[in-house]
This record gives sequence, C-alpha cells and structure tokens, in this order.
Amino acid sequence: MSLSNAFFAIIKRDLVLALRRRSEIANPLLFFVLVITLFPLGIGAQPHLLQAIAPGIIWVSALLAAMLSLDSLFRSDFDDGSLEQILLSSYPASILVLAKVIAHWLVTGLPLLIIAPLLAVFLGVPSHSLGILLLTLLLGTPVLSLIGAIGVALTVGLRRGGMILSLLVLPLYVPVLIFASNAVEIASTGLPVSAQINILIAILVMAVVLAPWPTAAALKMSIN
Amino acid sequence: MDLKETVRLQAKQLTCIRDDRVLFAGLSFELNAGHVLLLEGKNGSGKTSLLRILCGFREPDEGELLWGSDSINDGQYHADMAYVGHLDGVKKELTVFENLKVSLALGVPGRYSILDALTRVNLANYDDVLVQALSAGQKRRLSLARLLITDNKLWILDEPFTSLDKQGIALIETLMIEHCATGGMIVLTSHHDIELHDVVVQRINLS
Repeated sequence: MSLSNAFFAIIKRDLVLALRRRSEIANPLLFFVLVITLFPLGIGAQPHLLQAIAPGIIWVSALLAAMLSLDSLFRSDFDDGSLEQILLSSYPASILVLAKVIAHWLVTGLPLLIIAPLLAVFLGVPSHSLGILLLTLLLGTPVLSLIGAIGVALTVGLRRGGMILSLLVLPLYVPVLIFASNAVEIASTGLPVSAQINILIAILVMAVVLAPWPTAAALKMSIN
Repeated sequence: MDLKETVRLQAKQLTCIRDDRVLFAGLSFELNAGHVLLLEGKNGSGKTSLLRILCGFREPDEGELLWGSDSINDGQYHADMAYVGHLDGVKKELTVFENLKVSLALGVPGRYSILDALTRVNLANYDDVLVQALSAGQKRRLSLARLLITDNKLWILDEPFTSLDKQGIALIETLMIEHCATGGMIVLTSHHDIELHDVVVQRINLS
C-alpha cells in the first residue's frame, strides 16, 4: 500500500515537474517532427523511395529523440539532491526508479506516439500499416527509456557524460530498431508480422523486469 | 517498542580512504538514544565522507556499522534514518507543500502533519509558494521540516545551520533538543558552536 503510494507520488511529482518546465516535453517532440519533415525535402520528389524508407526514418528519429531526452531523466534530481532522498527511502530503489522511468516515458515517449501517425501519412506509409507502426512505437519506446535509464544512471555523475552515454546505449537500442522498422516494412507489404511483434513484447517485458535493478545500482554508485 | 528504545548506532574500526589519502582510520564510536554526535575537524578532514558512509552512500574501506544488531545495509536502518545534506533535496519548480508531500510518501508518517511542521519551522502560509521563490535560509528550513513529518529515529545533518539566521539556528537547536528528548539521536557536522541544554553531546575531532 505505501509502496504504491510512493510509486505514484514519484510519477505524479515528475509529471507536475514536466508540466512546469514544458521544454522537456517540447524538445524531443520538436526534434522528432523536424527530422522527419527534413527527409522529404532532402530526398526530393521521389514518393516511392520515401515510402520505402519511411519506417526506418520514423524509427531512427524516434530513437534519436529518445536519446536526446535521456539526460533530463536524472539530471535535475542529481543536481538538487532529490536523488539522494529517493535512494535513502526505505522502499526498494529499483521500484522508485521504475516510477521515474514511467513518468519520463509518459512525458517524452507518448507524445511521439501521438504525432507519429500524422508524420507517417506525410511520408506515404500505407494506411493499413499505421496500426503496426503505432504498436511498434508503443512497445519499443518504453524499452528505449528503460535501457537508456541504465546508461544515464551510469553517466549522471560525470560532467560530460553525453558522448559516453550514446556509446553505451546505442548498441543496446539496435535490436529494437531492427525488429520495429522491419515489422512496419513487412506490414506495408501485407504479410503477417506477429514474429517481430512477439520479439518486441519479449524485449519490453525483459526490460521492465531487468532494467530497474542495474539502474538503481548505478545511481547509488553515481551519488557516491 | 521496547526493542526500538534500545537501538543504538555502533561504528567499529571505520576507515575511509579517498584518492589514496587516509581520511580517518580505526574510528569507533557508539551513539545511544537521546545523544548527539558532533563531528568536528577542518575542511577536508572527512566529516562529510563519514556522514555519507553513515547514510550508506559509501562503503567504509574497512570496518562496519551496526544499527542495533544488524548491519546498516539490511533491516530497519533506512526506515529509521533521515539525512539533510549540503543539497536541499527539494525541487524548485514544486510548491513547499508538494515537496513535503513527496517526502512524506517516501517515508513513514511522523509526529507532525505537513502544515504543523511548516508552522514549526516558521514557514506557515508558505505552503503554496514555489520553492524557487524562497530564500536560501527558508529552503534550509524547508529541508529540515522534512525531518519532522517523517518518523525517523536518527537524524544525519551535514552543516544544518548553513545560511540560517540567529532565530533559525535557535529554532533548529530547539527541534534537536526535542528530538533527543523523545529518544531520537543526531549525528551532525557544524562550524557553529551548538548549544543544546540537557543533551549529551559526544564530540569526535577528525583532524
């Protein structure tokens, strides 16, 4: 009961904070929209080419937008000492960390999901694969937040952790990218994609269960 | 409850090495209910490092810490202790009340309600003010109000008097005396001389 209290108190706190500093929501979303709108301009009037690479464009942009937003996950809590207080709580740190990651996904991942169908239509993705695109984003972006959290937790104590963070996290993002963009691509040809979706579900379940532990442990190391 | 009364903090042969420099070695002490432990020493003598070891943020390089009969890494310890460090640990975009509500959710409710605690630290009527509008001393009093709303036996305070005015210092000293009178214990570092009447103050000089 009180653990769930603490869990939801953290989620609520982070959502209120995000609402009061709106740039945190706007930045990754704006980045996502800008990158995707630049592609048609760069490639020119070749709708077939654009349609063919659309899943890749959308997913690579989502992945980079997620990376861009990662640093804000623990940065301010680390700087003002709230992180110490969270880790000192008698509740398991991994659960509280999971709450922070969920709040972070609601703020940075969910908006991508909402805007993605619009951008997909803009790139000429056939309408019957829009559902699959949304499903891959729904399953994939939380994984990006969860895996990213481990990387941020390791680098939050470093002054210039940005470069190391991308080196740490990007290789771990690759499986999600491969299965997700492949699923959307296959779906546009009308073939079944349950295999890819199942693998994405498996990755998500594994990330939810396994990622909070190393994240909490790494945070404890970082505040040392 | 009886068991809780007899709980005490024991440090056995603690050693802390930082960047190949021995800050302290073979440090042992015992802290009983109702007592205050004041850490003294010049800058860089390891006061804050010792406090962070007591919080469990750092492992001592040698030695062990016991809370009752358990090591501090398992059992009750983290539910029984509270820490106020250099950083205030409050979010400046949240109001005073919202900040304390989060702290309350993370701990065990204590003697004071949030509004009572705010009155106690002279921040009544500030509950819906954003923390970024508070002065440094008010922020400090807010972070000390955290100690009142949760039920913690052991307070660990790193320079609690920083940026407080004379009344503020007197107020915190009163709160500390009250805490000790109800069987609490306090470990603190301070450059100020503290005046705590009727409280046993142990002193450790680290330099």
